[in-house]
Amino acid sequence: MTADAVSCTGLDYAFHDTKAVDGLDLTVAEGEVFGLLGPNGAGKTTAIRCITTLLPVPAGMIRVFGRDTAEDAMAVRRLLGYVPQQLSADANLTGRENVTLFARVFDVSRRERAERVAQALAAVDLTDAADRLAGTYSGGMVRRLELAQALVSAPRLLILDEPTIGLDPIARTGVWEHINAVREATGMTVLVTTHYMDEADQYCDRVGLMHRGRVRALGTPEELCRGLAEKRGTDTLPTLEDVFRDVAGSGLEDEGGDFRDVRSTRRTANRVG
Amino acid sequence: MSEAPAAPRTVSADIGLLLKPPQPRAGWRLLPARVVAMCAVELQKLSHDRTELYTRAVQPALWLLIFGQTFTRIKAIPTGGIPYIDYLAPGIIAQSAMFIAIFYGIQIIWERDAGILNKLLVTPTPRSALTTGKAFAAGVKSLIQAVVVVIIAALLGVSLTWNPLKLLGVGVIVILGSAFFSCLSMTIAGIVLSRDRLMGIGQAITMPLFFGSNALYPLSVMPGWLQAVSKVNPLSYEVDALRGLLLGTPAHLALDFGVLAVAAALGITAASSLLGRLAR
Repeated sequence: MTADAVSCTGLDYAFHDTKAVDGLDLTVAEGEVFGLLGPNGAGKTTAIRCITTLLPVPAGMIRVFGRDTAEDAMAVRRLLGYVPQQLSADANLTGRENVTLFARVFDVSRRERAERVAQALAAVDLTDAADRLAGTYSGGMVRRLELAQALVSAPRLLILDEPTIGLDPIARTGVWEHINAVREATGMTVLVTTHYMDEADQYCDRVGLMHRGRVRALGTPEELCRGLAEKRGTDTLPTLEDVFRDVAGSGLEDEGGDFRDVRSTRRTANRVG
Repeated sequence: MSEAPAAPRTVSADIGLLLKPPQPRAGWRLLPARVVAMCAVELQKLSHDRTELYTRAVQPALWLLIFGQTFTRIKAIPTGGIPYIDYLAPGIIAQSAMFIAIFYGIQIIWERDAGILNKLLVTPTPRSALTTGKAFAAGVKSLIQAVVVVIIAALLGVSLTWNPLKLLGVGVIVILGSAFFSCLSMTIAGIVLSRDRLMGIGQAITMPLFFGSNALYPLSVMPGWLQAVSKVNPLSYEVDALRGLLLGTPAHLALDFGVLAVAAALGITAASSLLGRLAR
């Protein structure tokens, strides 16, 4: 039996008195594209940070391919490719240098480093721009560069935190097409957070709708939409956004996200232009 | 007229290597590999934009040109028989290296805000190795600055040694000193967590560290309390070693090296323990 890519059991995380993640139970199967959806402040990014070992959690709460993140963090990190919400490529380095840094810190041997970096850049169609400074890239190109940085270590689990935030529709489609193409070619598992319901509907095999630190609904986009249609007794199939409104409510009093969340989101959106 | 839907994108390039995880380095080989990776990034950045190198050369040049030449004429500071500008040059090398390192924490905060730090923390790199890599990267940056100041000093007629072994010693001392001051800066960054606060604290401690050392004048002319400050100030040990190596003045090289190595190790430990706070 193969282990699930991610398994969270009763995951809790609090910042001082504020519970960001509150008893999260979540399983991501190997090879699937799983979307963790929710508004700012739902706890998506905190959950991702716990899974990526950035935030300390007690043993027994998170396993990645069977390895406990608390007990074997280094082994878990070797299985991960991580693209954070911010535009995290270094603008003062070329595309190739950005990817080479991650090849080095993942111990790619000198013998195969240049070729592996070239393959990662080619996989996201950045070969021609590889020797330009990343500061000259468009927002969509930077996202693809970050994808190349994550791919260079051959991760089994790719984690993307709001990968298309601030991008125009064409660039968003471009980024998703590259994510899908790379997944097709490598068979890796993808865990992605987004608050764009249309993207989740189109690109995710399964989604978890998160609100106030918990997953409130879980399934394929179609299952969730059909479930709501049955609940309402209508023939018209609702959208994923309708499902989300149903589980989370839509009042202004439910708006989430602290100052830091919003600032980070806006900063990323500004940088991608 | 509607267009036919585009075929799904596929990866046409050969990506055979991307299907195979790299062989992990383990044990003692991990730390030097991470240090080399971080230093390579600093050198690559400098190769793309040398503006900082040139602008940072202005202040040490002015110290040597104005302060150094004027006080050489005044002969107010006892220097053990060497011209004051010669006495001053190692102090200015240490100062310019420290000025680069002491603001390194700002770069860490910028990397935190840009997501770069988080991404590095999700790699198989222990926090101590990441901090050590960053500390030595600051050292490399400072070393290049030190080379510029040595050249300026030589052009101004300072009699420096050109003995390769002694110059190698200079490099080691500058890197160790910068590693300590960059870790001090990263430690403060881990405590205050904001760029503005770090800027304020950096500016507040830089001048006391400089004036409370033997960079401008010998310990013997200081009041007792300042001598005590100077004795716990790693910059004094850096300057003492640089003077001994570059000018051949009496120095306590073993003590200087030992103090700087211990200070750098303590700095790396402190900064590593606070790195997690920056990631939250």
